[in-house]
Amino acid sequence: MTLASSLQALSITLTHCAKTWPDGSRALEPLNLEVRAGETLALLGPSGCGKTTLLRMICGLEKTDAGGTIRFGSDDVTRTAPEARGVGVVFQGYALFPNMNVAQNIGYGLKIRGVDSVTRHRRVTEMLELVELEALAERRIDQLSGGQRQRVALARAIAIEPRVLLLDEPLTALDARLRQQLRVDLSALLKKLGITCVIVTHDQEEAMMLGDRVAVMSAGRLEQLGNPEMLYRQPASNFVADFLGTLCHLRGGPVKHHHGVDSLTFRPHEVQLQAPGHGLAASIRARFYLGSHVRFELVLDDGQPFTALAGPDAPWQPGDSVSITLNQTHAA
Amino acid sequence: MTHSRFDTRLGLTITLVVTAFLIGPVLLSVTAGLTKNYFVGLSSGLTLDWVTQVWDLYADTIWRSYGVALATLATTTLIGVPAAWVLTLFPGRLSRLLEELLTLPVAVPGLATALALIVSWGSVGWLRSSVLFIVIGHVLFTLPFMVRAVRAGMQGADLVVLDEAAATLGASRRQRFFDIIVPAARSGIVTGALTVVTLSIGEFNLTWLLHTPLTKTLPVGLADSYASMRLEVASAYTLVFLLMLLPLMVGLQWFAARTTRTGSITLGAST
Repeated sequence: MTLASSLQALSITLTHCAKTWPDGSRALEPLNLEVRAGETLALLGPSGCGKTTLLRMICGLEKTDAGGTIRFGSDDVTRTAPEARGVGVVFQGYALFPNMNVAQNIGYGLKIRGVDSVTRHRRVTEMLELVELEALAERRIDQLSGGQRQRVALARAIAIEPRVLLLDEPLTALDARLRQQLRVDLSALLKKLGITCVIVTHDQEEAMMLGDRVAVMSAGRLEQLGNPEMLYRQPASNFVADFLGTLCHLRGGPVKHHHGVDSLTFRPHEVQLQAPGHGLAASIRARFYLGSHVRFELVLDDGQPFTALAGPDAPWQPGDSVSITLNQTHAA
Repeated sequence: MTHSRFDTRLGLTITLVVTAFLIGPVLLSVTAGLTKNYFVGLSSGLTLDWVTQVWDLYADTIWRSYGVALATLATTTLIGVPAAWVLTLFPGRLSRLLEELLTLPVAVPGLATALALIVSWGSVGWLRSSVLFIVIGHVLFTLPFMVRAVRAGMQGADLVVLDEAAATLGASRRQRFFDIIVPAARSGIVTGALTVVTLSIGEFNLTWLLHTPLTKTLPVGLADSYASMRLEVASAYTLVFLLMLLPLMVGLQWFAARTTRTGSITLGAST
């Protein structure tokens, strides 16, 4: 039986979970959250919003305030020590053991569980194949690249057949190009494993690519929970809308005159730039060529700034006057 | 960054001058220990008689010093490494207070610490006359050096996160300590060990009060020879002291360098 087929999928249920630090400050307001069995939930929010604290509570490294409960399926693990919870965790800096090589790191959790050496060797080999690092089994940790370390950390977490998998900013330490590739790989791997997974990230694109659902957090509160498309199209608050991509706001006389509303809220890709005289008048303040598209920073005649995206051939330059129209379906 | 030839030469000259200033008196003393008559000078001839005489008179103090240093090292390692880990795991006001208390024997003159030990335990006859009494004094004096060195190593290696990672993999506190923490903190432990051994072998203040005629250590014997023997014998004693200390120092330095170069070395970990 392969590991992928032996992993079970359990729901994670948090009820009235809050976290207060000894100095009285609140890291997490009382929160109810269910991660469905087999789904990947992305916890998304800015630094200090409580997402890592929530992850640490799920794996037992932080205790929830009195009254909170955490269940894996029907098993109440609120008071269970981290070593007995059966969670696989990938830490932000990977936390690989420097005194062990790649194979030893992956096999450590099995070794301390008393798994015999033959089974252990087989499982480590399977894990190395899963993360495509067969050739690096004997390599020291300090000889690995960032991407390879991330894979070893993932293999180590999965090798113990965890009940749930928790990833704390798993791609943050990597450069942009590698991050993009590993997002795709990680997404495919999680689908293949079918394990219940919680990913903490502050990267909106990462959350939307990896999460079946995304929980947006701010200042210790859960702002909104839903699938990526729903969150993007129907944000419950300006914070959620803003965090899931650039959001522009325009108001005042010209807006009322051209669109018949007091204010407009829209995303940059919903703006269409045209030659002057076809809509709301604006001028280009800055132009950034980004390969697949051009990002323009603009201002209305009354000085209100906003952003627009256009195709790579967009001709306008800083100082040019343009007029804008909006895709009314999405303008709020 | 490149250095000019002048900078290199200046740096080398300063280093050589400082080294000569530090080593010069020791070399003179060693020469005296190998000279037939120091007051006549090298023209009187070279001899190993004084070294032989020192060995005949004080061999027991040399072995005793080794024994005391190793016992001190073992004790400070057994106490200091877990203590450093606890202080690292639970940083806070209480930890800082404990660390300051631990450092107290270093700040207090050795004679005062020795006196306190005699007042506290001097009435326990077997202990007072035992070399164990000196080991206790040395442990009190050297423990802070071990704790600080190990703690610095632990903080640098971010061991708290490694400990948490091992916990989520199912390792008990004891397993985490021996499988992860000790190997990862190895360079700090080696640095601490180096300091403890050198301090213990050269310790005189405490030992001078704590020793009995049957529990003399090398530095006490050295003082004894300075007070009661010819200058050549005392100098030969310095030579013996250096011969004894140098291999130990070089060995520990080599081990420390090797540990630093290879990161930490695997201790009993296998797949």
